[in-house]
Amino acid sequence: MARELLEIEQITVAQPDTEEAAAIWRRMVRIREFETRVSHIAENKEAEGYLHTYAGEEAVACGVIPLLRSDDWITSTYRNHGHAIARDVPLKGIAGELFGKETGVCGGKGGSMHVADQNLGMIGAMGIVAAGLPIAAGAAFASNYLGEDKVAVSFFGDGAVHQGAWHEALEFAALFSCPVIFVCENNLYAESTAVDYHLLAGTVSAMAGPYRIPTIEVDGMDVLAVREATARALHHARSGAGPVLIEAMTYRYGGQFEGDSQTYKPPVEVAYWRSRDPLPAFRKRAAEFGLSSERLDTIENTARDEVAEAFAHASAARWPSLDAVTTDVYTK
Amino acid sequence: MRELTIKDAINEALYQEMELDDRVILFGEDIGGGAGRDEDYPEAADAWGGPFGVTHGLQTKFGRRRVIDTALGETGFIGASIGAAVAGLRPVAEIMYVDFLGTSFDQLLNQAAKLRYVYGGKMSVPMVVRTVAGGGFRAAAEHSQTLYSLFTHIPGLKVVAPSNAYDAKGLLIEAIRDPDPVVFIEHKRLYMHKTHVPEESYTIPFGKAAIVREGTDVTIVGVQKMVHTALDAADALNEVGVSAEVIDPRTYSPLDTDTILASVAKTGRLVIVDESHPRCSLATDISALAAEHGFDRLLAPVKMVTGAHSPVPFSPPLEDHYLPSTKRIVEAVMSTVNHQGRTGNTAVTA
Repeated sequence: MARELLEIEQITVAQPDTEEAAAIWRRMVRIREFETRVSHIAENKEAEGYLHTYAGEEAVACGVIPLLRSDDWITSTYRNHGHAIARDVPLKGIAGELFGKETGVCGGKGGSMHVADQNLGMIGAMGIVAAGLPIAAGAAFASNYLGEDKVAVSFFGDGAVHQGAWHEALEFAALFSCPVIFVCENNLYAESTAVDYHLLAGTVSAMAGPYRIPTIEVDGMDVLAVREATARALHHARSGAGPVLIEAMTYRYGGQFEGDSQTYKPPVEVAYWRSRDPLPAFRKRAAEFGLSSERLDTIENTARDEVAEAFAHASAARWPSLDAVTTDVYTK
Repeated sequence: MRELTIKDAINEALYQEMELDDRVILFGEDIGGGAGRDEDYPEAADAWGGPFGVTHGLQTKFGRRRVIDTALGETGFIGASIGAAVAGLRPVAEIMYVDFLGTSFDQLLNQAAKLRYVYGGKMSVPMVVRTVAGGGFRAAAEHSQTLYSLFTHIPGLKVVAPSNAYDAKGLLIEAIRDPDPVVFIEHKRLYMHKTHVPEESYTIPFGKAAIVREGTDVTIVGVQKMVHTALDAADALNEVGVSAEVIDPRTYSPLDTDTILASVAKTGRLVIVDESHPRCSLATDISALAAEHGFDRLLAPVKMVTGAHSPVPFSPPLEDHYLPSTKRIVEAVMSTVNHQGRTGNTAVTA
């Protein structure tokens, strides 16, 4: 019995109204300001541990996450700050977590690679490549089983396709028709290795084909395009039609980690992607949604102040009490 | 009194919990069996019940909605069990052989065990991984390991390994109701072992060892199937006037250190029997426990009777030689009983 290839229904996606557009801009500039600050902190060695920044990829998180319901599930990766900010995790909680402080959203036990607020449906930000995909598929399975209409979204990078977990998650989701959206942030590099070398299928979406998972390829520098793709994917998944994969082509402005010399990136490539920066690209279109440049500036300035305040708060915050080492290992 | 095999006791525990709680679902490879054929050929339904038939009949009773035959990809369904657990279900996943956990170990090691801790204690992962361990089945190197200590080593996991049917039922029901990830290890050579099992549902708390035989001269801690080998050895020792106390820890994480140390304090001698490889094993762990906390009560060195530091060999005489035997346990016990005490030590003077 042949299964028909699933198609994603073409639906009309309304453009954001003024307040939605303002919220998109607020999130994008918050992420950019936050990550710029993180790079600065790393350069000045003001924080310990590994730091992975999201600058350049803002359009993906800000196109996907604001469309989710508060009870939808998310799994993220070690490049998670953008996802957390887009999910409106308080900046103080994120900055505190980066510093390992008591005020961190995970109480300081996670650190930069594990910023996720489980109270906001963020199951985790996994330090292991592709580890979040099967977990998201399972959360989506539970949504189906319980007769809910929650959707799970799992972010991953182009390097994740090499992991068995990636394939097993897609297979599981397809086999059991789980309402999960796999969102690839294809930023052209798996660590320092270019997609030209490692991505033998040419695209990530091509690799979903054998699992009969419908895919949407989208310009990951265009927040409105990502938003539209997400709306379609959500409609598909929430209506019970099964998983979807979105491949967003984007660019990581920073290195694999802060401190990465990035000598592997050709300047012409960097210049090309910088010329397509998602923030100015959105700004150019903001008037269509009734956003004045004064309002955009105000939002940007506020974001800058909020980020500064968040890091000042984190610097001044207390370390966790030492008995926290052994708390929350078990529930019981 | 009704007797059940361990296999049937586990089946009954699953049955009763699934009847009680719709959130309990089973994932695994061929746990029903015959998937994909049974629409056209109804005889194929519920063909296997897992390779040992432990889950047989559950798919017929509860349907494919709750007894879910997965594809042969452990990472996929162990990861999905984690996601399903945080999203409100109580998944019980079956890994056909403990040896196969290697393929999905990241999900257990880095995700299930850490999802609560890393993110500040906001979520729990109430899932059970049932799996099958043990040698002596002529199943060769990749289907005969125990790996108890791999899981016991990892904070965030609980590790349970029943040696009899009564414990199997009570510990499995406890595991399903437990809010944390539990690795529930079944021994393939104990499935047909029978004991009295009450029909009603009951639980056995984790971290409570069982003193399965009382004695005064030596404490023998048996690890899962080795409880029975230790009991055989205790019978043989009784013939020569040595009274052995046999302890079954039942859960390795948490471990009931109090019961073990109290017994050592009473007998002054400790022999640990574990069919696993000897290095960094439960045997070394319990041995270290006695060395650190029971030293003043020990009359003889702690002895470990274990498998070899080798993969489990296939050839029947080799495998039999690999596994601890009653004879080896008796020899180990007699060496502790005949120990002459400390000789040649130079007293430390102030």
